[in-house]
Amino acid sequence: MIAFEGVTKRFGPWVAVDDVSFTVEDGAFCVLIGPSGSGKSTLLKTVNRLVVPDAGTVRIDGEDIAALPAEELRRRMGYVIQSVGLFPHWTVERNIATVPSLLGWPKARVRDRVIALMELLHLDPERFRGAFPHQLSGGQQQRVGVARALAAEPRILLMDEPFSALDPITRGTLQAELATIHRQTGTTIVFVTHDMDEALKLADRIAVLDHGRLVQHAAPRDILARPAGDLVRDLVGREEWGLKRLAVETAGERARPANGGVPDGEPLPGDTPLRRALSEMVSRGTDRLAVVDEQGRPAGVLHLGDLVRP
Amino acid sequence: MRGGGLRLVFAALALAALVLGMPLLKPLFATLYPALERPFYEGDSFLALTADHLALVGVSSLAAVLAGVVAGILVTRPAGAEFRGVVEAVATMGQTFPPVAVLALAVPAMGFGPVPALIALTLYALLPVVENTVAGLEGVPDAVLESARGLGMRPAEILWRVELPLAAPVILAGVRTAVVINVGTAAIASTVGVKTLGLPIIIGLNGANQAYVIQGAAVVAALALVLDLGFERLTAALSRWRRV
Amino acid sequence: MIGNRVLFALAVAAVAAAAALPFLGFAPNRLLSGRPIPLSAALELPWGLAVLPGVWLLAAPFLRPGRGVLAATVAAAVLLASGLLALAGHHAAQLAALASPAARTSFGSGFWVLEAAALLAALDGVRRLGLAPAARIAVGAGAALLLAAPLLAGQLDQLSILKEYANRRDVFADAVVRHGVIVAAALVPTLLVGVPLGVLAQRRHAVGRVVFPVLNVVQTIPSIALFGLLLAPLSALAGAWPGLGISGVGLGPAVIALTLYSLLPIVRNVAAGLDGVPAPVRQAARGMGMTPRQVFLRVDVPLALPVFLSGLRITLVQAVGLAAVAALIGAGGLGAIMFQGLFANALDLVLLGAVPVILLAVAVDSALRLAVALLARSPA
Repeated sequence: MIAFEGVTKRFGPWVAVDDVSFTVEDGAFCVLIGPSGSGKSTLLKTVNRLVVPDAGTVRIDGEDIAALPAEELRRRMGYVIQSVGLFPHWTVERNIATVPSLLGWPKARVRDRVIALMELLHLDPERFRGAFPHQLSGGQQQRVGVARALAAEPRILLMDEPFSALDPITRGTLQAELATIHRQTGTTIVFVTHDMDEALKLADRIAVLDHGRLVQHAAPRDILARPAGDLVRDLVGREEWGLKRLAVETAGERARPANGGVPDGEPLPGDTPLRRALSEMVSRGTDRLAVVDEQGRPAGVLHLGDLVRP
Repeated sequence: MRGGGLRLVFAALALAALVLGMPLLKPLFATLYPALERPFYEGDSFLALTADHLALVGVSSLAAVLAGVVAGILVTRPAGAEFRGVVEAVATMGQTFPPVAVLALAVPAMGFGPVPALIALTLYALLPVVENTVAGLEGVPDAVLESARGLGMRPAEILWRVELPLAAPVILAGVRTAVVINVGTAAIASTVGVKTLGLPIIIGLNGANQAYVIQGAAVVAALALVLDLGFERLTAALSRWRRV
Repeated sequence: MIGNRVLFALAVAAVAAAAALPFLGFAPNRLLSGRPIPLSAALELPWGLAVLPGVWLLAAPFLRPGRGVLAATVAAAVLLASGLLALAGHHAAQLAALASPAARTSFGSGFWVLEAAALLAALDGVRRLGLAPAARIAVGAGAALLLAAPLLAGQLDQLSILKEYANRRDVFADAVVRHGVIVAAALVPTLLVGVPLGVLAQRRHAVGRVVFPVLNVVQTIPSIALFGLLLAPLSALAGAWPGLGISGVGLGPAVIALTLYSLLPIVRNVAAGLDGVPAPVRQAARGMGMTPRQVFLRVDVPLALPVFLSGLRITLVQAVGLAAVAALIGAGGLGAIMFQGLFANALDLVLLGAVPVILLAVAVDSALRLAVALLARSPA
């Protein structure tokens, strides 16, 4: 659990983070979002003490992190940045092994861990282990960056706009893989972005920052349902608000019991976002779709009207 | 890459042949310069002169590298940042001073002999080493430094594992410049009372003995080329990761 | 609290040097070694007041370094550097009045440390003020003028180096001219060959692949060795065709060797300058209907000029030093005075040769830096 308690940081006269308090639960995927200069990156860096607050406290599991040696604290969490920052003179293997080596893990364990991580991030170990960073594409580099951050099995992963510099397709793939990794490992993730679609896709909690202040901290659907103020409304996009809203709910949640027959056609899995379901209806030219659960058993019917039900 | 290594081997063999086999060329110089009473420099063996020359260059360069790299590291740490401007300005401006003039000034300041020459050579060699150390350390990308800190490396670990290895090719380029200049200045140091490979050249020039001049000049030139090629190889080895 | 640690370190060094090292050395003649004279002995009124700006420099490290404090520090440091020169000259004159004409007063190590500390303090101040390059050079020129003032006013005439100068006024003037002639004589063929070669090397990579390794090898060979190695072929040439006016020693080999050295920075920077012209700019120029000749003259040349000038600066500064070494093969110039002093154990003569060589190199460097700075400011 990460607790921000009245955290404030100034750079000269400029207040980057202004009295921010909230809590990130264990295993949560918390996205910090806001326009540039809102203090989201600065707030993230207070967690691994790359930024030391002028006032307030950051606690991890109740312990004030200011009391810990900075390096020890950082080795316990992963850190991924937008510009990746791989060590250019080290191979992919050695880059991923950075923190385990610092922690003095036995060689064999480090090796196994590196291979496991490369497989987790879909990097062929035989092909890429001995490669140098400049030989990789941007997406591959960031996969190595994520693997490096996860190497010492951290309980917390800090990510500072990790996918912002990637092309949309690579970004989408990496977002999906990160969601899978989060589900599998249960690592607490704090993720900075300025892209609300990315936030809605990944987060279970979103913290919106503006001018260093916490404007709203809520689950994605609450952010969409009750945006606190104009900034949040702008971030969620006034024109596409409805579509974004559909993106955070699933077909299974809205489907009604199948009284009187199931419509024809390929049924939708229950965890399909409503936005995707709408798209299916339009492309198939129908107003009703069958929904099935994880085991493929019928779970009801989704009507076009269900999408607009409040 | 292979060609570079081969060049170094050939140049080193040529230098060794010149240094050790110079006496064998005695008949050649006797034929080329029949008018000269003594067409071959025999005041000292070329091996001894080369050793003295290398000692002067080696000690001064080593001292300059140690002091220069330490100074470069200090002024790029937060605690020493204040001194960086002055140090950089001195390094830039000092390099416009001709090395021969710096060597000559050592005499009025400290007298004749090896020690003043050694100090002059060291001071001069410091400048490119400091300049390139600062440039090399500054060239390490911010993202790399940020991720090194974010992963929990201590400042000393960042310096040794990340900053110095990444800056090494640039630092080495400064050392190479310093060493090549010092080989030449050390030859001229024969005019301030130090026995080096410049001695046959100076004696030959003063005594109108062209044979002496050529013998000394050939060895000095070969020595400079071998050292330069050696540094080229070393730089290539240290920055191999860039070229894979 | 220390507000400026650089200034603090310099002040500590200066105070230590003033207390422990000789400010001047006084010798009965130019062959005997001198008796040390501490700064305290030279501090008589009214000229002792020349060190007054030093008081500010002792206080300034403890002040907050705002722009006003910095500007005052630069001014005080330059005034102190100039004042120390004047003070040394004045004390030398006093000593000369009481001693035989053969007696010599020279700068001591304490003087050099104080002078260096003062100039570094000025340099640090200028850096901290963050002036534009042109403004920085203007401040440098002002400081140079202030430092030259005691010299021009004759205040330093009784110091050994200037006594030496007085004895050899004509020789010195000839040497300076000769030094300039050597550098200039090498510059002409360097530009005639180097600029076209640079253009060619940039356009045809095959040319660059041959030219650069050769020129790099030449740069690596120490000057004294290259001069020596040129002796044999040139004297052979002179023997074969006496009518050419070439000989193994003298101006000929010096100019040839200097040209060989000077080619690398010129060729490299011409090529690098042209390389630095963005391809889209060239394409746009062609697209607007410029002929290749117009593209070269109106686009390539102006854009490559600053890089070329910095190559010229490197070449000239290097040539000033190499010309000094060329004295060893009888080319003359300031190096001749310097080496004559070294061979005859006449230290003042060494200074009279070496100091102007350094000043010349620094002056050439500053002048070309100024040119580049002005070029960068102008809209063309």
